[in-house]
Amino acid sequence: MNIHEYQAKQIFAKYGVATPRGIIANTPEQAARNAEELGGDIWVVKAQIHAGGRGLGGGVKLARSKDEVKQLANEILGMNLVTHQTGPEGKLVQKVYIEEGADIVDELYLGIVLDRAKEMPVIMASTEGGMAIEDVAHDSPEKIIKVAVDPAIGFQGFHGRELVFGLGITDKKEQAKFIKLASALYTLYLENDAEMIEINPLIKTTTGDFLALDGKMSFDDSALGRHQDIEDMRDISEEDADEREASQYGLSYISLDGEIGCMVNGAGLAMGTMDTINYMGGTPANFLDVGGNANAQTVAKGFEIILKNPKVKAIFVNIFGGIVRCDRIANGILEATKLTDVNVPVIVRLDGTNAPEAAEILKNANIPNIIVADDLGDGAAKAVAAAKQA
Amino acid sequence: MSILVNKDTKIIVQGFTGKEGTFHAQQCMDYGSKIVGGVTPNKGGQEHLGKPVFNTVAEAIASTGATVSMIFVPPVFVADAVMEAAEAGIELAVIITEGAPVRDMQKAKAYAIKHGMMTIGPNCPGIITAEECKIGIMPGMVFKKGSVGLISKSGTLTYEGANQVCNEGFGISTAVGIGGDPIIGLSYKDLLPMFEADPQTEAIVMIGEIGGDLEIQAAAYIKEHITKPVVAFIAGQTAPAGKRMGHAGAIISGGAGTAKEKMEALEAAGVRVVISPAEIGKAVAEVLSK
Repeated sequence: MNIHEYQAKQIFAKYGVATPRGIIANTPEQAARNAEELGGDIWVVKAQIHAGGRGLGGGVKLARSKDEVKQLANEILGMNLVTHQTGPEGKLVQKVYIEEGADIVDELYLGIVLDRAKEMPVIMASTEGGMAIEDVAHDSPEKIIKVAVDPAIGFQGFHGRELVFGLGITDKKEQAKFIKLASALYTLYLENDAEMIEINPLIKTTTGDFLALDGKMSFDDSALGRHQDIEDMRDISEEDADEREASQYGLSYISLDGEIGCMVNGAGLAMGTMDTINYMGGTPANFLDVGGNANAQTVAKGFEIILKNPKVKAIFVNIFGGIVRCDRIANGILEATKLTDVNVPVIVRLDGTNAPEAAEILKNANIPNIIVADDLGDGAAKAVAAAKQA
Repeated sequence: MSILVNKDTKIIVQGFTGKEGTFHAQQCMDYGSKIVGGVTPNKGGQEHLGKPVFNTVAEAIASTGATVSMIFVPPVFVADAVMEAAEAGIELAVIITEGAPVRDMQKAKAYAIKHGMMTIGPNCPGIITAEECKIGIMPGMVFKKGSVGLISKSGTLTYEGANQVCNEGFGISTAVGIGGDPIIGLSYKDLLPMFEADPQTEAIVMIGEIGGDLEIQAAAYIKEHITKPVVAFIAGQTAPAGKRMGHAGAIISGGAGTAKEKMEALEAAGVRVVISPAEIGKAVAEVLSK
């Protein structure tokens, strides 16, 4: 799960990770009042969406008067912000964060992610703050300092020294401040079951202090059950409505831009089905894993979600029944044809547990747009052919 | 022969009396697996499915001599169960549960390694030695005894691959579902040498997916150490970057962990890589008839 910048900064504050002061606003008037409350003579108006690259997309602007804060908030609120992470459709801005200005001497990068090869969190720091870390990793990987920290021993002095010497921080006071910050961030990461934390940029001020100018965090979905405070930060409007609806029925759905709807059991087979459709010259319209407890109702729901997409010209149901029983899926398909107007060809491949019973059910139902397939390859070929004819 | 488990393997079930544990323990027993008991705290002394229930893993081992544990406890109790098994002296824990927090698995795996316990999973279908021993949730009827070893991150692709191999007239020695989480127990590079050393196994099928670099590590290992033919499929060639494809670990992040880079690494290691999982069976037939 992802959260907004202003929410990440609320968590930072609890752990002593300093940030510029700021207040969230839903309206231009509130934005101006926030500027008044913060004081000073320079403010930053920042669009709050779950995507990076907001500045380049025009979602982060500097204001030198309260009127300008109001005017900029008015422009940014309600805008459809397009960044390299939102996709071409962009994201609607519903909140702006009004933040006091900061004097910047230097811009750094500091982040923590899970290092899957080492199987422990790795702290990443770089002098190249303000740039996308992927680009730094690609163009000048030597400028990223990586320090893996085993939770069994926790953040030690030597981890801190590797970071500050790697970054070329020579002032002893600054070294101590940076090490304290990195250590706090590591504690925050572990205690909240974070998946990723990114501060980009982390700025150094004229007083030699470090401030998190930005904050991005995501959390391990499997651990949210023990972090109600973080679950409460969920912004449903940032999530894909179809994906969310699907998940409420135990379905894992991701929309793509092709023409063949897919309904499959198991994430690996679901990806393998998309790959096979692609290999045979077609394009998958979605990823959909019906999960291990699929029944008639969830299958019907799956059809409904797939068919919301007007691009879908055929549906390929590919089930290898292990725990999932094929006869239940067959009944689900029949159910779906009653509940929803299934107006495209449906190619059905059912193998594994109770496959013969399922074949019998489909045969007896005698629905004209259902095409039975023998195996994965046959099903994908038939689906691609059906989509081309449509 | 086979790897890791066979008809004599003594198995306990942690989370024995729960709904999932009960259903799948019965299925495993029906397949012929030697389930000798189970653990459910505060139900020690009872009998379940005709087998004794114990309060702790240590008691279960002392009484039954079990060496393997199949774990079905709820996600937040997985780490506790794994560490209890390791401490008590279990040799292999097969973790079926889906949705264990990553931080918990990091801790539990490190502890298991410290105690010399191997783990499979979590979030996996388990392990099966065809016609001898099933420890997990896979449909047993798909796996006919034979000469092909199989390692897969995906459950249903394990069944798909095994089914094709059997339809081509070959069979399975042992199939291991290693799971699709970011941190898992035994991986390709741990299991490949076991299959290389197993006289029953003549070829190996490796099924991977996007995310992480376990398949790249496997490619490096195969190049240096594996003489038996390997067929591989990597799921997610058409998966968009930055999206989690069902499995917690199946995500292309920062442009890394793509199907393409894994397929190229495996091909460079001399592995027969198929573009569609529908080709697995045929590819196995080809490499074995050479």
